[in-house]
Amino acid sequence: MSTSPVSPLEQQTEDALREQQHEQTHDRPIGLWRGAWRRLLRRKTGVVGLVIVGVLIIVAAFAPLIAPHDPTQDFLSEEGSTRRDPPCVHVFGCDPEKPQHILGLDGNGRDLFSRVVYGTRVSLSIGFITVTLAFVIGSALGAIAGFWGGLPDNSIMRVMDVILGFPALLLAIAIVAALGPGLRNTMLAIAVVSIPAYARVMRASVLSIKELEYVAASRALGAGRLRILWSRVVPNALTPLVVIGTLGIATAILDAAAFGFLGLGAQEPTAEWGSMLARERNQLFSAPHLVFFPGIAIMITVLGFNLLGDGLRDALDPSLAD
Amino acid sequence: MPQYIARRLLFAIPVLFGILVVTFMLARLIPGDPCKSILGEKATAAACEAFAENKGLNDPIPVQLGIYIRDVAGGDFGDSIRFSRPVSQILVERIPLTIELSLTALVLALLIGVPLGIISAMRHNSAADVGTMMFANIGVSMPVFWLGLMLIYVFAAQLGWLPPSGRLTAGVVSIPFYEAWGWTVQPDTFQFRVVEFISNHYLLNSVITGEWEVFRDGVKHLILPAVALSTIPMAIIARMTRSSLLDVLGRDYVRTARAKGARERRVVAKHALRNALLPVVTIVGLQMGALLSGAVLTETVFGLAGMGTMLFEAITARDFPIIQGFTVIVAAAYVVINLIVDVSYAYLDPRIRLE
Repeated sequence: MSTSPVSPLEQQTEDALREQQHEQTHDRPIGLWRGAWRRLLRRKTGVVGLVIVGVLIIVAAFAPLIAPHDPTQDFLSEEGSTRRDPPCVHVFGCDPEKPQHILGLDGNGRDLFSRVVYGTRVSLSIGFITVTLAFVIGSALGAIAGFWGGLPDNSIMRVMDVILGFPALLLAIAIVAALGPGLRNTMLAIAVVSIPAYARVMRASVLSIKELEYVAASRALGAGRLRILWSRVVPNALTPLVVIGTLGIATAILDAAAFGFLGLGAQEPTAEWGSMLARERNQLFSAPHLVFFPGIAIMITVLGFNLLGDGLRDALDPSLAD
Repeated sequence: MPQYIARRLLFAIPVLFGILVVTFMLARLIPGDPCKSILGEKATAAACEAFAENKGLNDPIPVQLGIYIRDVAGGDFGDSIRFSRPVSQILVERIPLTIELSLTALVLALLIGVPLGIISAMRHNSAADVGTMMFANIGVSMPVFWLGLMLIYVFAAQLGWLPPSGRLTAGVVSIPFYEAWGWTVQPDTFQFRVVEFISNHYLLNSVITGEWEVFRDGVKHLILPAVALSTIPMAIIARMTRSSLLDVLGRDYVRTARAKGARERRVVAKHALRNALLPVVTIVGLQMGALLSGAVLTETVFGLAGMGTMLFEAITARDFPIIQGFTVIVAAAYVVINLIVDVSYAYLDPRIRLE
């Protein structure tokens, strides 16, 4: 640790003082997001999460450059390659005669490393798309419920209660069963079951914000209801939703992998980690690498978003930090 | 207290009724013709008509609902469409395994998660604290099915310490306690279902009958799935215990206790812990849904014929009676668990009065 022992409390006071000085020396005060960004960078968990997520986004964006092969290319005809070949890295003493596949080959003779790399694209899209969907619908419903109250509030929130009454994964399975298996329906189902979380938090924020003085001031100035809701209330209610959204990406990726594992999610030949793992689970004893690596990829991705979410929570709401 | 519990259970009846109606409606909303799914795609119109008449599907929906509720009130959940067997019999066969599995997982999660949280809070920012929090972060990020497969690979395939799947080794048979005691129970009666339900908890049954061989075998088979299922709740419980205890340790009454000269152990055990455990109890109650979802995956990985796999199969095969039966049972379990959570609040914090 550092040479001068500093207690967490002193550290916090110091941070606060520094921010104050900063505000005094500069004309413009630090905005919420800029301040949050600085606090995020000061926390180890937040930084680790940020780095993991950043690397994953780069991997997803440049997958064709990083992956040595096409994820669907069949190597069974290649000399020296057999089905479910274990990892072979020449630098680590693998026979130079054998073709190099750093994570080995899968049951169809495809390069596992390339598939895992391309899987990043699938999983990140699943995370972002489902959360965007749930975020937009959920927070719109929550904002309407909180702002208008009365009948819209009651009818929306009772529906949310019904959704929350079922175990999330099982309800999502029921939705996919009704719509048919596949990646798109999986994303839809996961989005639907996560809507209530956003609706509830948005509603609670809106309820407390709409009573604040600046909203009253806006109303006194003659702003319309929609304008007040859209430009005065909603922007200030977004903070907790950003945290839930980040953690929600982690949950969505994990759930989508579970769907892939159960055979309801992504279908062949899509390189999705959960279904890759499920296809080879019966070969666990003879080819453990085919189960191990996709699982590690899921874990690192989920961990990254979880850490980032935790970091953001601490950064956006210092009162919650422990 | 008994009065309170009785009233809560009474209030649960309308809730369960509502859930019954909602599941009934939802099951009818799922697209697909039950006739085609049972008699096959080539069923003639006449055969389908007879089938619908026979199963009461031609009655108006409210009448069907009324009949269904009457039957459920009498303990009859109808017959499974796929297996043509009473749903209540299937419930009795499948639920005990899941109860044993999730209870073991929950106990493991509490026995390890709570002490880990306490140690982290007491030694805030120490290596133990950082290690525990790292474990907790990784724990909530791990796919249950992957962890299960890795446990099988290490402890069953490589080390050979534990069996990779199943509930009992082939050849080991759990003799129901009522048979061991020479009771004669009429099959397909309510009594039969009750004794079957009890004896299908293999661990419990083997303790009753004293078959320690079966007990040991059952425990061996239960360890890996229970560990896999317990990881996420364990991580969540450890985090919750830690942050809640950290919060309580900063309170005035804890400072007072320290100022009196009480030892740190005593301060934590007597003054802080009880208050810190309240949010943990809430979390444990909320984990039940997650445990059931996790059971679907864990049972699939370990080849266990429990409620999770049954429900998954029933949903994908559109076996309405089974889905409805399970949903009602799960909802009833929620009611009971919430009641237990509320009662334990009152036990942990005497300021909370149940009325």
